[in-house]
Amino acid sequence: MRVIRNERIIDDGWRLLQEPPQTADELPQGPVIVPLAWWQERRTMLAARVDPIGVRIGGGDPLEEIAADLKSLPLVALEFEKFSDGRSFSHARMLRRDYGYRGELRAVGDVLPDQLFFMRRCGIDSFQLDGDRDPEEALHALKEISVTYQSAADGATPVYRLRHSSLSA
Amino acid sequence: MYRYDQYDQTLVDERVAQFREQTRRYLAGTLSDEEFKALRLRNGLYLQRHAPMLRVAIPYGVLSSGQLCMLAHIARKYDKGFGHFSTRQNIQFNWPKLERVPDILEKLATVQMHAIQTSGNCVRNVTADHLAGVAEDEIEDPRPYCEIIRQWSTLHPEFSYLPRKFKIAVTGASKDRAAVQVHDIGLYLVRRTSGEIGFKVLVGGGQGRTPCIGVCIREFLEKRDLLSYLESILRVYNRFGRRDNIHKARIKILVKALGRDAFTELVEKDWKYTRPELTLDEEEIERVSAFFRLPYGPVTRPGDDGNRRLEAETDKPFALWQKRNLAGHKVAGYRIVYVSLKAPGAPPGDATHEQMDAVADLADRYSHGEIRVTHDQNLVLAHVRETDLYALWRRLRECALATPNIGLLTDMICCPGLDYCSLANAGSIPIAHQINKRFDDLDYLHDLGELRVKMSGCMNACGHHHVGHIGILGVDKKGKEFYQITLGGDASNEAALGDRLGRAIEKSRVADTIGRLLEIYVDRRHEGERFIDTYRRIGMKPFRIGVYGEA
Repeated sequence: MRVIRNERIIDDGWRLLQEPPQTADELPQGPVIVPLAWWQERRTMLAARVDPIGVRIGGGDPLEEIAADLKSLPLVALEFEKFSDGRSFSHARMLRRDYGYRGELRAVGDVLPDQLFFMRRCGIDSFQLDGDRDPEEALHALKEISVTYQSAADGATPVYRLRHSSLSA
Repeated sequence: MYRYDQYDQTLVDERVAQFREQTRRYLAGTLSDEEFKALRLRNGLYLQRHAPMLRVAIPYGVLSSGQLCMLAHIARKYDKGFGHFSTRQNIQFNWPKLERVPDILEKLATVQMHAIQTSGNCVRNVTADHLAGVAEDEIEDPRPYCEIIRQWSTLHPEFSYLPRKFKIAVTGASKDRAAVQVHDIGLYLVRRTSGEIGFKVLVGGGQGRTPCIGVCIREFLEKRDLLSYLESILRVYNRFGRRDNIHKARIKILVKALGRDAFTELVEKDWKYTRPELTLDEEEIERVSAFFRLPYGPVTRPGDDGNRRLEAETDKPFALWQKRNLAGHKVAGYRIVYVSLKAPGAPPGDATHEQMDAVADLADRYSHGEIRVTHDQNLVLAHVRETDLYALWRRLRECALATPNIGLLTDMICCPGLDYCSLANAGSIPIAHQINKRFDDLDYLHDLGELRVKMSGCMNACGHHHVGHIGILGVDKKGKEFYQITLGGDASNEAALGDRLGRAIEKSRVADTIGRLLEIYVDRRHEGERFIDTYRRIGMKPFRIGVYGEA
């Protein structure tokens, strides 16, 4: 799938399966992302699979109940059902902070280029863009704002720290 | 007042460039209406009945004279010569052209102003007591905390796509002048018996179609924990607030659905993680507080104002103005002056560009170059020497800014209504005119005493009708404008939501109906009782009978 990652547009081979096949055996080869419910039902059958598997979680999914299970996955896709639905911003923050998730977080769904800046700050690494969106615009939007008032998951130094480190320097 | 440093300025400048680019993409057709809507709203730009409306943030209602001059300039150059001060201490321009908005924002940035997050589903302008820092009843100035919250909430990465808008109000005074209890989060600075000052935290207040009084979820929050606690509340709301129905998406609905205890538990659970990683440093509180210290002390030797005092004593209008439009100042020799934006005949809360320039000039001459906006849509000059009052009053009167009606019937809160707003069901400004025409006898108004009339043109309640002693809500009945009247609302410490008087009243009868209510009040009041006190004592029935002839 074509995504923005590390400020570059790449196609990294992950496939987002909206409707995966009935059984785990029928899954296509290569890295795939499956919906949470599908994965929960077939987890034990996936143990033998070699190719990487990622799970897509929605804004309404009960993060507290599933976070521990997600920990071993190389990729978690956070769904933005509508760009105005901001629940996955909090999911990203919590996965990184409360549950120590270290794998890749990927924004999928209705991802607006102008949201990438916020998503990255919340700990999301890669962003799926709709086919008809201009990825160059999205790359540009990532760089528009350089000032960060808050500490977040991206490690950027918040302004209040910059102020007081320059005072003491 | 607070002055930007390089970081604050850079952010605002970058934001202007960003919005210029977004506007360009929209006009070029690469950004859809819906997407641009979400982005322009974050810069306070609505598409309204006649033209776009631009809402400019006035953080916690504090302006410098230079900023007010710039607002006058914008009104003159990009609008029709006036601006409307809103109940959230902001200013709205009703006639800018979309393609000029980036230029307006660029000009605002030169005086450290912006329109960031004045609309959209994000944390809005933080409001405060308009007498902050000068009030006699204050525990601590809330403005440093408002500024700290402003910065923390600006472009917050996690909370920019909330279920709905989010409003925070803060006061440090014992008397609530900021309607703290009807905000999504209300903060009272309080002193513990140990002497330590911190915050009492309320959530889930609000107006709109489901008015609610906020509930306390923490009696005492240490200052260092202010931002982490806010963050935890916002996170719970962002995750669990309803998104399926715009009318049920505010935090008040979530708090009601879960109940106070369950909601608090969720907040406290998240706070365990958030608290250690987000401490508000003493240093930063100190840095921001320094901007708000009063630059003067008590007047020890009153100036020679014998002549002025003589004039003042013989000048009855001046005496009347002093009685209504002044408030006590914590420093001896100073007074707080209300500049009334409620002159008869003018839309409540509107100021012309000439008036804005005049107030800016007066602020420079008499009030340390600072102006405040009140949530009831007046202006305040907070640092006036007693010896300057007469000269100030004369100039204000020349500009139609000295109507002696603060807190009286004609000091109405009023939304723009059907004349401008695309949400409105009925006019507000014409009702204000009707009331002003009917009640033009100043002696009668003064005799009635404090009376808070608040009026909204639709149930979104921008005009705070739920908390008016007399509330007026415009409704549409088969294409005709009708008005629903409520009694007994209160935005102060004894916050209360008004009760419905009865069936809605036709447009032409609103002022007469209020006249009838006031007759009953005058007839039944005890010595020294305000309208709201009498209402609380005698209840709805006498008023209902008086208006409808039946209970």
